[in-house]
Amino acid sequence: MTVSAGHARRRRGGRDGDPVVPDATFTSYYGRPVVKAAPWENDIPAYLFLGGLAAGSSLLAAGAELSDRPALRRTGRLGALAGVSLSIAALVHDLGRPSRFVNMLRVAKPTSPMSVGTWLLTLYGPAAGVAGVAELSGLLPRPGRRLVGVLARPAGLGAAGLAPAVASYTAVLLSDTATPAWHEAHRELPFVFVGSAAAAAGGLGMLGAPTDQAGPARRIAVLGAVGELVAEQRMKSSMGLAAETLHEGAAGQLMRASRALTIAGALGAALFGRRSRPVAAVSGAVLMAGSAFNRFAVFEAGQASARDPKYTVVPQRERLEERG
Amino acid sequence: MTDQVAADAGWADPPPRKGFFTDTSICIGCKACEVACKEWNGVPDDGFNLLGSSYDNTGALGASTWRHVAFIEQPAPSGDFRWLMSSDVCKHCTHAACLDVCPTGSLLRTEFGTVVVQEDICNGCGYCVPACPFGVIDRRIGEQGTKNVGIAQKCTLCYDRLDAGQTPACAQACPTQSIQFGDLDELRSRAQQRVETLQAQGITDARLYGENPDDGIGGAGAFFLLLDEPEVYRLPPDPVVTTRDLPAMWKQAGLAAVTLLAGAAASFLGRRP
Repeated sequence: MTVSAGHARRRRGGRDGDPVVPDATFTSYYGRPVVKAAPWENDIPAYLFLGGLAAGSSLLAAGAELSDRPALRRTGRLGALAGVSLSIAALVHDLGRPSRFVNMLRVAKPTSPMSVGTWLLTLYGPAAGVAGVAELSGLLPRPGRRLVGVLARPAGLGAAGLAPAVASYTAVLLSDTATPAWHEAHRELPFVFVGSAAAAAGGLGMLGAPTDQAGPARRIAVLGAVGELVAEQRMKSSMGLAAETLHEGAAGQLMRASRALTIAGALGAALFGRRSRPVAAVSGAVLMAGSAFNRFAVFEAGQASARDPKYTVVPQRERLEERG
Repeated sequence: MTDQVAADAGWADPPPRKGFFTDTSICIGCKACEVACKEWNGVPDDGFNLLGSSYDNTGALGASTWRHVAFIEQPAPSGDFRWLMSSDVCKHCTHAACLDVCPTGSLLRTEFGTVVVQEDICNGCGYCVPACPFGVIDRRIGEQGTKNVGIAQKCTLCYDRLDAGQTPACAQACPTQSIQFGDLDELRSRAQQRVETLQAQGITDARLYGENPDDGIGGAGAFFLLLDEPEVYRLPPDPVVTTRDLPAMWKQAGLAAVTLLAGAAASFLGRRP
């Protein structure tokens, strides 16, 4: 379709038969976007998943430590160590000037969710790291072994204390932008993300710990999956026009896959997770995949909403008309 | 109020806030502003393409396009045909989202009330790019060795020229005074007179854009006189600084965090194996 500037362009808004979203008529400059899509690549949705996995794993590990479930503790601590290490690698890799990563530590700015997140990870990373390394202490020289042995418990509990913030701030990181599908999701996205983090970490716990220790992992996985699915449904109905981007294109496919995997994994965990280790392991892996797909879906929906001027212009125009 | 931005940012006894008034009704589309900006600021090329959008082969504002002239061909209200031409630029917002979200403090409010990137500090995180409600700032891409490649770039309102008491390069080069530079309060009253004059001449579509300190960005340091709706020129009709909703967002994230903690604790209740 040829789109000329300054002429109204009519396009179908909403899915077929969806009565909530009316057709959108709007004007644009040669169909070009008004806002810019984030210059981020797969590093960022991968980080959203890995950071959530790490945070949920730290919580599980701390609970396992306090309730004397050593295999679950080990899985949680190692999961958190791997998750946070890969997270930091992804975040540095995504920078335009990776060598200047430390400039993040020049300032602490509550108006910048990225600054808040940097400081959170600066505290959380070493704590989760020490607790994780303690599980590998057989590989350490003797003095190091004693040190991490002493530090493991406070470090692990400290990591768990920070973990809820690590899991939820990433929603604010996305929402605090002019990207329509991210900003309009700001009420529910933190709940989607903590649900997704809980499902992923529970999944990892089911994968790594024997069934007699993995009860809390199954429960947090099912709670997280249900929470994620409910929050997602609410989010879609409160986002207005931008909710389209969660149904269409690559983001829509990822979102449908995420839902299917999350439901299947949660059912597997709830029905067979206690009885069968293989089914528990497969369900855990499926839940982790569902969580990862969710993050990529939300990321891609935002990018799609930034690339199409409709999602910027139409809601703003409606806002102006309501105001009169 | 809004002209206190430099003082609010901590500058002692700053000069009056500086800005641009771009009067698109007298823009002739010569692109002298685009060229002057590139030449003065040493901005690299970002491709030489035919975009099929009237005389606009620049496309949009970006890391290597700090002034962008839009060309719109449309039926005139009289029934004939008319050009709309408009030189777009960074708005130097009173409430600047790019500056708010910058995690390194690279983006800075100058003593002139403008917003600039400190190129030796930016680490190219890219957060300012989706934060800007106007799609102005971008991360520069290019071959290794390109000036400032990998970091965020945008109009500086010619910070170096302001320091020397000079007019920014684009305004200096504009042959019709479509781009006017000066103290923001003076530009605002000049713009008000201009729009009233045009209205009196029967050009009822003339309107100011970005001049109102009560809008969603607290008013722009660079504002415009337009002859059609903002979106015709690729400008958002009702821009809002995203950080206006940030307290509500932190609150939701806090509730979600507490929910996660409670869920984790609940998962450990119940029967021991």
